[in-house]
Amino acid sequence: MKKFMTICAISAAMSAGTAFAESVKIGYMTTLSGGAGIIGKQMQNAVNLAMEHKGGKLGGMDAEVIFADDQRKPDVAKQLANRLMKSDRVDVVAGVIWSNLLMAIHKPVTRNGTLLISSNAGPSPIAGSQCNKNFVSMSWQNDQTPEGMGKHMQDAGIKSVYLMAPNYQAGKDMLAGFKRYYKGTIKGEVYTKLGQSDFQAELSALRAAGADATMIFQPGGMGINFVKQWKQAGMDSVSKLYTVFSVDGVSLPALKDAAIGILGTQTWSPDLDNAINKKFVADYKAKFGGYPSFYAAQAYDTILAIDHAIAKSGSKDTGKMRAVLAAGNIPTTRGNLKMNTNQFPIQNIYLREAVKDADGVVTTKVTGTVFTDHADSYAKQCKF
Amino acid sequence: MTFTLILEQTFNGLQAGVTLFLVAAGLTLILGIMDFVFLAHGSQVMIGAYAAAAITQASGNFYLGVLLAIPVTFASGYLLEFLIIRHLYRRDHMEQVLATFGLILFFNEAIRVSFGPAALFSDLPHSLSCFVEILPATPYPAYRLGVIIVGLLCAVGIHLLVSRTRIGAMVRAGANNPEMTAALGINIKTLFRLIFATGACLAGVAGMMLGPLTAVQSGMGEPLLILSLVVIIIGGIGSVRGAFVAAIIVGLVDTLGRVFLPSILRLFVEQATADGAGPALASMLVYILMAVVLIFRPTGLFPAKG
Repeated sequence: MKKFMTICAISAAMSAGTAFAESVKIGYMTTLSGGAGIIGKQMQNAVNLAMEHKGGKLGGMDAEVIFADDQRKPDVAKQLANRLMKSDRVDVVAGVIWSNLLMAIHKPVTRNGTLLISSNAGPSPIAGSQCNKNFVSMSWQNDQTPEGMGKHMQDAGIKSVYLMAPNYQAGKDMLAGFKRYYKGTIKGEVYTKLGQSDFQAELSALRAAGADATMIFQPGGMGINFVKQWKQAGMDSVSKLYTVFSVDGVSLPALKDAAIGILGTQTWSPDLDNAINKKFVADYKAKFGGYPSFYAAQAYDTILAIDHAIAKSGSKDTGKMRAVLAAGNIPTTRGNLKMNTNQFPIQNIYLREAVKDADGVVTTKVTGTVFTDHADSYAKQCKF
Repeated sequence: MTFTLILEQTFNGLQAGVTLFLVAAGLTLILGIMDFVFLAHGSQVMIGAYAAAAITQASGNFYLGVLLAIPVTFASGYLLEFLIIRHLYRRDHMEQVLATFGLILFFNEAIRVSFGPAALFSDLPHSLSCFVEILPATPYPAYRLGVIIVGLLCAVGIHLLVSRTRIGAMVRAGANNPEMTAALGINIKTLFRLIFATGACLAGVAGMMLGPLTAVQSGMGEPLLILSLVVIIIGGIGSVRGAFVAAIIVGLVDTLGRVFLPSILRLFVEQATADGAGPALASMLVYILMAVVLIFRPTGLFPAKG
């Protein structure tokens, strides 16, 4: 009898809850364990900060975020996406750092009619031939950032370059994007092992090749290893180092002074001058200590985008939210973001340099704009 | 492909080799003498790197960091054996694999809880961040040269310990026949504990020396563990001499293969194919080597027993 009463009480409470006000549920998937756990931690911090800034409500609705740890494994990501949709019944699936994980959950989520928002990964198939109207990117398409680097180095009149990236799909995409805009001599194109920790052998070969500049894509821990060893081998006197996604808020605390002066391209930087970004960076530093990375900024933007979509459409319906986002003009840490026809952002690509701030902490500073309103090159292949 | 480049790459291979040896030396003794499958040896590398980096950061002196980190890794190995490992000797290999795999997860998580998920800052000591001319106009980083020297010194030390001392004789006897050794009145339990702690300490030294070169982060020892398993299989399980020779071979094959294989392939096939197949083939090279050794010498190059 007592058990029956409890069940009654619970169901009464539940029905009261639904009748009271509409609420929105977000499943946020990122990598919280393993070597890449620091990236996921920063994203989680940023999502929590965004929720705090919005007072726990998105677009006026009570909002709840459920975090899911994908462990950087595509099969785990797929299971989690199913769990978030079928058992937690979320309205939006967001997050995802890695391109191969996004490829794994893209079809199941978009086919289910759930809105999927990427906070980082932007593989070319999803921007082009396999695009889906239920997918929105709040980051970039993979090729955009290295395209900026290619254009900068072409414009700077650099005669020869040596390229290095891990031997997997994103590594090949990045170098392809770079070569789309750089037309000088390519002295070498080396694919290293994914997760490689010692690059001394590659550096010796690079020294012998003698290119004017070196462009690398070595995300996460690999970037820390590479830049450290580059400095230790005295490579600055041989070649000039340019990077994409290798010197950022994740690697800088471990690199400190070794990174100073290194150039990279990125769609965001902590010193971007707009009100949203200033508040985000200041509060993030105050709350978690240390600068946020671009991963964190994009995670913050993802929550702002959901807030914007619900506020403007007055609904958490997938079709209505996506229509708002597709129209662009989304308030983010990168200013008001425009959207391409494939629902990837059209945005500026900045040149950033690693510098010391007023407190002696190493961070990145925008030193120029390579592309203004740069669109990705796959949108024309996308037909919804 | 000039002579100086080949020389430089040989040094790089040597440095990778001696680092591998430090990890494999302990592992081969644990596996060969104690007949214990210990997968968490990579965690000892991580513990060594973290201890050295943390003490260096606190004291501001790299040498003090390393000096104090050595007893820390010895103590961690000793405690680990006393608390957990000794209860597992009588279990079969599968259970040892499961238990020590669990230890990897435990250590990785413990490091994340106590030091945070971000990589720890560690840099070269100022006095070693210069270059040494190994040949005229061929500069080589002094620190990496130091790693080679320390590794070789450790190898000589272990060799003398095993072949010239009373403890070494006990170790060799224990390797051949543990029951008989115990029957002769040698405390085999204490011996095992000391071997284990020394192995942990050697892996820790590898971690300390790797710290300034690579990212000091949770799980940093695992890639080394896999390669050092290859090393002890090639060298012969339980043989320190075998581990040394195999570690140098694996270090050289891995390094030289990685650098020169793509350019060698380019002589035979077009560049795009070579760039794609080269790295893939290079990363397989040490495993191919292991397979070849297993075909012709199934017990390894220097089998320890009979």
